[in-house]
Amino acid sequence: MGIKWDEFFVTGDPLIFASQIGIALSLVGAIAGITYFKKWNYLWTEWLTTVDHKKIGIMYILLGVVMFFRGGVDGLMMKSQTAVPENEFLNAQHYNEVFTTHGVIMILFVAMPLLIGLMNFAVPLQIGARDVAFPQLNALSFWLTASAAALFNLSFIIGGSPDAGWTSYFPLAGKEFSPGIGNNFYAVALQIAGAGTLMTGINFIVTVLKMRTKGMTLMKMPMFTWTSFITSIIIVASFPIFTVALALMTFDRTFGAHFFTISGGGMDMLWANLFWLWGHPEVYIVVLPAFGMLSDIISTFARKTLFGYKSMVVSIVLISVLSMLVWVHHFFTMGNNAAVNSFFSITTMAIAIPTGVKVFNWLFTMRKGRIKFTTSMLWALAFVPNFVIGGVTGVMLAMAAADYQYHNTLFLVAHFHYVLIPGVVFPIFAGLYYWWPKMFGYMLNEKIGKWHFWLFVIGFNVTFMPMFFLGLDGAVRRAYTYSAETGFGPLMLLSAVGSIILAAGFAALVYNIYWSARHADRNIGNDPWDARTLEWATASPVQQYNFASLPEVTKLDAFWHMKKNNELQPLSEDEVEEIHLPSNTWIPIYMGAVFGISGFLLVFEWTIAAGIAALGIFVGLAFRSFDYDEGFHVHKDEISETERKWRKGGNKGVKNHVS
Amino acid sequence: MKKSKLFLVSLTSIITVLLLSGCENNMVVFNPEGPIARQILELINFSIALLLLVTVVVFGLFAFIVWKYRERKDNLDYEPPEEHGSTALEIIWTVIPILIIVALTIPTVKTIYAIDEIPKGYEDKKPLVINVTSADWKWIFSYPEQGIETVNYVNIPEDRPIDFKLTSAGTMQSFWVPALGGQKYSMAHAETQLYLVADNPGSFVGRNTNFNGQGYAGMEFEVLSQTQEDFDQWIKDVKETAPKMTLEEYEKMLEPSHFGRKTFSNSHLEWVDHSDPHSKNYTNPELYDRGHGWPGKIFEDKNNYKYKNTDSNNSETMNQKDSEAEDPNGGGHSGH
Repeated sequence: MGIKWDEFFVTGDPLIFASQIGIALSLVGAIAGITYFKKWNYLWTEWLTTVDHKKIGIMYILLGVVMFFRGGVDGLMMKSQTAVPENEFLNAQHYNEVFTTHGVIMILFVAMPLLIGLMNFAVPLQIGARDVAFPQLNALSFWLTASAAALFNLSFIIGGSPDAGWTSYFPLAGKEFSPGIGNNFYAVALQIAGAGTLMTGINFIVTVLKMRTKGMTLMKMPMFTWTSFITSIIIVASFPIFTVALALMTFDRTFGAHFFTISGGGMDMLWANLFWLWGHPEVYIVVLPAFGMLSDIISTFARKTLFGYKSMVVSIVLISVLSMLVWVHHFFTMGNNAAVNSFFSITTMAIAIPTGVKVFNWLFTMRKGRIKFTTSMLWALAFVPNFVIGGVTGVMLAMAAADYQYHNTLFLVAHFHYVLIPGVVFPIFAGLYYWWPKMFGYMLNEKIGKWHFWLFVIGFNVTFMPMFFLGLDGAVRRAYTYSAETGFGPLMLLSAVGSIILAAGFAALVYNIYWSARHADRNIGNDPWDARTLEWATASPVQQYNFASLPEVTKLDAFWHMKKNNELQPLSEDEVEEIHLPSNTWIPIYMGAVFGISGFLLVFEWTIAAGIAALGIFVGLAFRSFDYDEGFHVHKDEISETERKWRKGGNKGVKNHVS
Repeated sequence: MKKSKLFLVSLTSIITVLLLSGCENNMVVFNPEGPIARQILELINFSIALLLLVTVVVFGLFAFIVWKYRERKDNLDYEPPEEHGSTALEIIWTVIPILIIVALTIPTVKTIYAIDEIPKGYEDKKPLVINVTSADWKWIFSYPEQGIETVNYVNIPEDRPIDFKLTSAGTMQSFWVPALGGQKYSMAHAETQLYLVADNPGSFVGRNTNFNGQGYAGMEFEVLSQTQEDFDQWIKDVKETAPKMTLEEYEKMLEPSHFGRKTFSNSHLEWVDHSDPHSKNYTNPELYDRGHGWPGKIFEDKNNYKYKNTDSNNSETMNQKDSEAEDPNGGGHSGH
């Protein structure tokens, strides 16, 4: 083999060298540890081959948290590089790779897995189902995402990272200006992750449409289910565009095609259009489920039903439609004529209307309520003012003429961080604190949670608020350095200090997970928050089959009314029936591995080897076609036993632990 | 709870103070030096005022509701009422945002159309055409009427509209002089256009805002606005004293590199106009080595200037005179 190992591995940087050693050691350590504690069997049967939506959800969340660490380190490296003028911590090339991977990872491997993880965990429970519509497809979605994340993360130690920005604009991202294979990692890894996401979209549309329990009409669904449903529709509408764009990119880069190149009649503007035709709906794909979580959480902790449920539903539908009609606002400055820019300015600003309706509905949900300041609720509350700043600056950017002065500056960077962090990350944290007891049977510690909250929120504002002003003073995004004469120094330093506080907040979350896993009270009952939706009618952690008997729903906030009307009766023996569940399967994880290997070979442009490896995909499909496993039944005795255990204390369980 | 309110109040006041102080501080966007930047700033100030009002109202309502309806020791047995919504209220907070958006839309659309034109009061002045060609990582300014070319700086006469015709020799860039007006992309095989006017003599920073690789951070230029007399004198001096650029030098210049200012008494437009969709390509993939990692395949481009078997103007050995004669785009070409 003529492999030049010094080019195969990324060499010449002590930071990367240390990471390579670190990664190798942790891999060896993990394998040795699992072997020593004899956990391979447990891992394989309980997690790696599972098709249980709850466990898949938890694996998604684990992936998201790990990736958050990686993306966060990238962010910290950028902040330390720009903390002072003419810093030499990173060189231009290294900085370019770092901001590219930061963006890709944060959007596609942090926001998406965390949200899809929470969707996986909560949506089937909220609609009173025993699993998603296609459990095995669900596992495949996860393993494709995980495999793509692994492939993408490999790039910085093997082969070289993508370096053309998360938007990967052509012609820069093409072979004419980026001849290394870095951007192949982008094209191939995102293709694999995108396939997984598309399957999730299909799965959840069918789940919500077909798997709702008796009496749960569409207009009685919890808001998180609604937003997950709409999100799934946007996924199915927009991800195929990205799939096509990435395929064309792969043709350009690997086979010398000319879709986006400057030579051979290629059209670089086509990439920008295709990218944002997916990219803008993608923003709503991550923001809508977050809105749904906020609705459920605010309603729970204000002890009131959601204000204006119908207008909330109309709003998210409107937002989803508008989300497909605004993509040009990402390049008002491309030389479009005034009519085009005016049209897209108006559609973009119009999104503020349904969003404003939602904000007021949330505020009025709390009005006349009794607001309990749990950590989960604090995140939901912090969302409002911070997101409003993101929203109004978004309206400023939507005004095309003014955008001529904001475009590609740090003002823009500050804006989208003010949308994505309060609009996605805060709700994700709210959701994690909220559903954690349902997932694991214990709560995250509230005291550490408040440290997490305050450090993160203050750090976030100190990091990104200065960027608005830097941008208005002419500081551009993606520049690895700036001269002292620009006068950007002090605010850049302030922003860097903020990022350290932000990181401390994240560390508090990690510590909280560790502390709570070891020390938190396990006796919390099934409904620690006195919540309103059906997931709280199950045990904590949720029993394998979710519901011993499927609940019947008559109203919105079904569980709340069941509690109020004392409809929760102990389960009688004759109600118990055998429950049919799908069996574990090795095919999804195998498919993930084959996609990963074949993708890796394609990244290195070893196309024949990649083709041969891809045959493994057909092997997996063949095994699936001849798989006659009909699943298994949970026996009555086992169900009765499980149900008796968690219903012991009557319906009340243990009262709220939070004071 | 107290902390969160304190935090919110301080956050609001910080934003307010900073935004208000923005109007008299020295941030470049708030200190326009020309009519176009001023028009944009008027729009920006209007939007800030209106949106600040929205922000203050929402923050106030938020703080009030969260404070008033918080759980206290003495209201633990208060059970909130069942309340599903209020059509009247929901209509109000749909209509008000619509009105705000309409209020923002009207001046936005007006300004969008306005900055596409020569600004009011300057219509009678003949615009000075300057062709801007961006390359990795430098800015090339050609004065087709004067037949001169500068690199990484551009001199303009004050009080006269400048018609910048933008194109790129390679990657996509964005041409931005914040003191004078907004930005516009420059793209290979395409031409975009931007008017700018400077009120007074002065020096302004211009730069690329669209990321284009390793040299991006340093891709700046200076715009020097001069009185008409000084400008004419400068043109005269350049014509008399500046060297002539050769095709070879020009091709060398398009390779990825950084350098300071250059001045020539001729212009590359005699050989190539990069905005022409059929113009030659000047790509050098082998010069974009990132210094580490696995090298990918590089594909031949038959339309590249280095490809020897096509017509003469891409041959490095050809002398300048010959190319000049044979190039259909030569001479004082000023773009389309």
